[in-house]
Amino acid sequence: MSDLPLLLLMIVVPAVGAAVVAALPKGRDEVAKQVSLGVSLVVLLLAVLTTVAFDTGGERFQRTSSWTWIADFGVSFALGVDGIALVMLLLIGVLVPVVIGASWNDELPERRSMTAYFAWLLLLEAMMVGVFVATDVFLFYVFFEAMLVPMYFIIGSFGGPRRQYAAVKFFLYSLVGGLIMLAAVIGLYVVSASELGAGTFAFDALRQLEIDPGVQKLLFLGFFIAFAIKAPLVPFHTWLPDSGSEAPIGGSVLLVGVLDKVGTFGFLRYCLPLFPDASRYFAPFVLVLAVVGILYAALLAMGQSDMKRLVSYTSISHFGFIALGIFAFTTEAATGAVLYMVNHGIATGLLFLVVGMLIARGGSRQIGDYGGVAAKAPLLAGVFLIAGLASLALPGTNSFVSEFLVLIGSFPEEPVFTILATVGIILAALYILLMYQRTMHGPARGVLLQEDPAEPAPAGGGATATLAPPRRSLRITDLSRRELAVAAPLVALIIVFGVYPQPLLELIEPAVSATMSDLGGTD
Amino acid sequence: MSETLPADGLLGWSWLLIALPLAGAAVLLLGGRRTDRWGHLLGTATVAASFVLALLCTIQLAGQDGAPADVELFTFISTGELDVRAGLLFDPLSAVFALLITGVGSLIHVYSVGYMAHDPARRRFFAYLNLFVAAMLLLVLGNSFVALYVGWEGVGLASYLLIAFWYTRPAAATAAKKAFIMNRVGDVGLALAIFVMFAQLGTTSYAGVFGAVGTLAGGTVTALGLLLLLGACGKSGQFPLQAWLPDAMEGPTPVSALIHAATMVTAGVYLIARSAPIYDLTETARAVVLAIGALTLLIGAIAGCAYDDIKKVLAYSTVSQIGYMFLAVGLGPAGYVAGLAHLLAHGFFKAGLFLGAGSVMHAMNDQVDMRRFGGLWRKLPVTFVTFGLGYLALIGFPFLSGYFTKDAIIEAALDRDDVWGWVLGGVAVLGAGLTAFYMTRLMLMTFFGRARWEEGVHPHESPSVMTAPMVVLAIGSVGAGALLVSVFPLSGWLEPVFGEPEEAAHVVAPAVVGLVVTAVMLLGVLAAWLFVGRREVPVTAPVRVSPVTRAARHALYADAVNESLFMRPGQWLTRALVWVDNRGVDGAVNGLAATFGGSSSRLGRAQTGFVRSYALGILGGAVLVAGALLAVTAG
Repeated sequence: MSDLPLLLLMIVVPAVGAAVVAALPKGRDEVAKQVSLGVSLVVLLLAVLTTVAFDTGGERFQRTSSWTWIADFGVSFALGVDGIALVMLLLIGVLVPVVIGASWNDELPERRSMTAYFAWLLLLEAMMVGVFVATDVFLFYVFFEAMLVPMYFIIGSFGGPRRQYAAVKFFLYSLVGGLIMLAAVIGLYVVSASELGAGTFAFDALRQLEIDPGVQKLLFLGFFIAFAIKAPLVPFHTWLPDSGSEAPIGGSVLLVGVLDKVGTFGFLRYCLPLFPDASRYFAPFVLVLAVVGILYAALLAMGQSDMKRLVSYTSISHFGFIALGIFAFTTEAATGAVLYMVNHGIATGLLFLVVGMLIARGGSRQIGDYGGVAAKAPLLAGVFLIAGLASLALPGTNSFVSEFLVLIGSFPEEPVFTILATVGIILAALYILLMYQRTMHGPARGVLLQEDPAEPAPAGGGATATLAPPRRSLRITDLSRRELAVAAPLVALIIVFGVYPQPLLELIEPAVSATMSDLGGTD
Repeated sequence: MSETLPADGLLGWSWLLIALPLAGAAVLLLGGRRTDRWGHLLGTATVAASFVLALLCTIQLAGQDGAPADVELFTFISTGELDVRAGLLFDPLSAVFALLITGVGSLIHVYSVGYMAHDPARRRFFAYLNLFVAAMLLLVLGNSFVALYVGWEGVGLASYLLIAFWYTRPAAATAAKKAFIMNRVGDVGLALAIFVMFAQLGTTSYAGVFGAVGTLAGGTVTALGLLLLLGACGKSGQFPLQAWLPDAMEGPTPVSALIHAATMVTAGVYLIARSAPIYDLTETARAVVLAIGALTLLIGAIAGCAYDDIKKVLAYSTVSQIGYMFLAVGLGPAGYVAGLAHLLAHGFFKAGLFLGAGSVMHAMNDQVDMRRFGGLWRKLPVTFVTFGLGYLALIGFPFLSGYFTKDAIIEAALDRDDVWGWVLGGVAVLGAGLTAFYMTRLMLMTFFGRARWEEGVHPHESPSVMTAPMVVLAIGSVGAGALLVSVFPLSGWLEPVFGEPEEAAHVVAPAVVGLVVTAVMLLGVLAAWLFVGRREVPVTAPVRVSPVTRAARHALYADAVNESLFMRPGQWLTRALVWVDNRGVDGAVNGLAATFGGSSSRLGRAQTGFVRSYALGILGGAVLVAGALLAVTAG
């Protein structure tokens, strides 16, 4: 097993799967679903195998493999996994099958085929794996850009009424970020060429460079802006509420759960170790963006009437916590930030899914169109509550551990920013519980309210009987077995990693410590 | 503090105290309707089992002279310098709380079997109640501030779920949310205190923090004390975070008895008493604790005089009584034991009073307006007697529980022997008079006078499954004070935690204090009789009342202040930001794009086609690159 190219397989298997599904003739939806689910489960298995074989005390990058790609420019197809990338692979491995299960009976816009949707999902999975396991900066850049394509089509072809607008906006923002990063990638190559004699894109070689502080600042900004758009940090965030709300639910989950994490992953993997001086120089500025983002996006979440937009804004607020954890420059906070990336994918993923299940029933994304759902659909309400509590980082849920680590780890270095960020936990309780109360609690009302079938007229047909106003009650079915099967793994992970997060922390910490020593942190 | 022993014997199993009710909750929640028939019995059995275990553990603890036992469980969060172990500390202080929680908890579970008998969601109720007991036990048994915090927010969740138990009622749903949010404000304080501990001392365990707190600068210790106090105020409904507690009465009455009277709301007192090594070092933080206790004591008592809702009166009474406890623990070493004794006695009589109120409501078709009660003593004899004993215990009738424990607090305040001692003592005595007034008013309006029942109400005594717990609690209300002060002195039991009690030179002889307090109490009773008992109680509240009464009816405008200071500006800010984000930030970016591409709508249309082909272009490129790669590798 140790010889298996697990990382390459995790890219190739879903990519081939995508091609197979895409090649299926139209109308073979059932086959497409089953193949897709099978492929995604294979990727999960590969991710688990990689984790089992991972030696937490060993080299930082494991299962490394490298093929020369463009020899003239020192580009190689180099793969490798460290603890940070590994937990992201696990997240991808878990979320994609869940998303496929959740999308099983999606109603797609007219003239859109299910086979195409699942093919794009699998291709997206391949690109997402690639972006985390690339150890060559150019290869990373290729995956970073290529990842946009399937997501663009997922939003633009299969999304809500304003999907075209949202997809274009998503694409333009990402493209601008990508182009800026490309310039920085090339700049980095030039620097390496002048320092080492021969240019390289290999991450391990680049992190040894001693780059002139002025040049560092420019290159840092190139990477940072691309990642800040991707993450996104305020004020680069306005594409996310549109994309998050217009994408089909499966797309929203992967967009916010995984794709956006490439931004925060990039901060930690590339910005900090490659440009340590610039990172220190810009840290106060980033911290301001992070804390403003936490509070600003939380307040905005409270003001939303569209549930999917609301969840998108909560994510922007959460990305602020992750950025705070990374730019506080302590092992505890950065480890917490990486854990946050995983936990947020699970918790917000579940929140998006359950919101999607509600929307599928009522046909509206508006909070005001629902009320009193808990009485008729207790399972849906229960899952909604668990997802919400995880989102507001209640102790006992996975998110508490990561939020706590980010805050307690940041406090010694950045007390003022941490105090401001901690206020965010009140706002988190507000935006979650407001949405929960309005949709789940209270008397029955909204779009699901329907008149009860007229009771059979009493024998004798009294005229008074017809004068009674028709009784109305909620028409809603509770979660189906399929929906429960989709939610259950995420609920279980929320609780298990809420009580016993240590295995994940042990995977993450060595890579974070290495990053901190690249940064020359006092820590 | 005496040395901690590794837990052996039964103490090593003390984690079962938490695990049992937690397992009960899990079975009831996951088991679904299959557990409907026996769920309430399982829920009650797990808490009763915890009580027996707590009793046995306490006996073992007594056998080792109260030397605390540390139970290591597993590594919770360990990374970098931070090392948080999940572990329990079973010492005399946590033992007292474990007994209170599981003891009163068992009684209230039994009572709920009857009270919730006709509720279709009774299983869910017992699941949440079990969840609460588990979280509360974690709160008091955890051996670090992080474990406490986990339990702290856990009881907040249980409280949220139980206040909103009848969630189709908007008032219940809103009250639950309000409770959670106001608690979270306090939780920020507690969280920041933990951050300060880690930053300054590198640890969050009780042993580590208390062992090294002496090395900290005075300002840091004061900050710690104030941050912890903010947390305590949130959980215990103390000023300025008191407004959620009366609203929490929207929950079923057993919940009010267990969570919002006997146990959860006293967690703030526990936190301060547990953090005694911190507060002992900061006169300033203690002074703030005192001020808040005294202020809340009066606010609660004044509001309690004006409400007609029987549960709200009892809720404000709870706010006021916890004010006494804060005042006591704010006095430092002289007051810890007095505060905790009052906490335990209050746990008995207030739980009993709430269960009695529930019994009255049960008899009166869930009516809570005391103007619609009257003359109930004939119809509900058991409820009347048990409620009456709780009433006497609360107002401090000589030789019942409240008499001993409240007097001890007043004595401790006077023993400060300075101006503030007299002020605090005076406030506490005044509070005793107000307490006597509002409780006598409640008794008179509920049990005496003419029957003012609504039509169709036929009061009947509750079944014995409900009255039996009331009887047990009534016995506790009568005897607990004497037991804790003289027969089985709490001060001796808690000595390993707080050290040997100093034999204070009393400024005023205890007998004199007792006489004065009793006289003021009788004045309060007399006043209530003059204002309420002597006259006919109108079934609607008088509208033309003095400004003082009006202010009291609005609980001194706490909600109005919160609304105008936080809620409305918050809503306004939120709306403004939504506008800014849609028009401003997004608009600026779109506008920028439009400048290059003409009008923004044209931009959208034109670029849709452009982007699609570009996207396919990237994809095509990627496929080519992949093909090239394969060719290179193969070659």
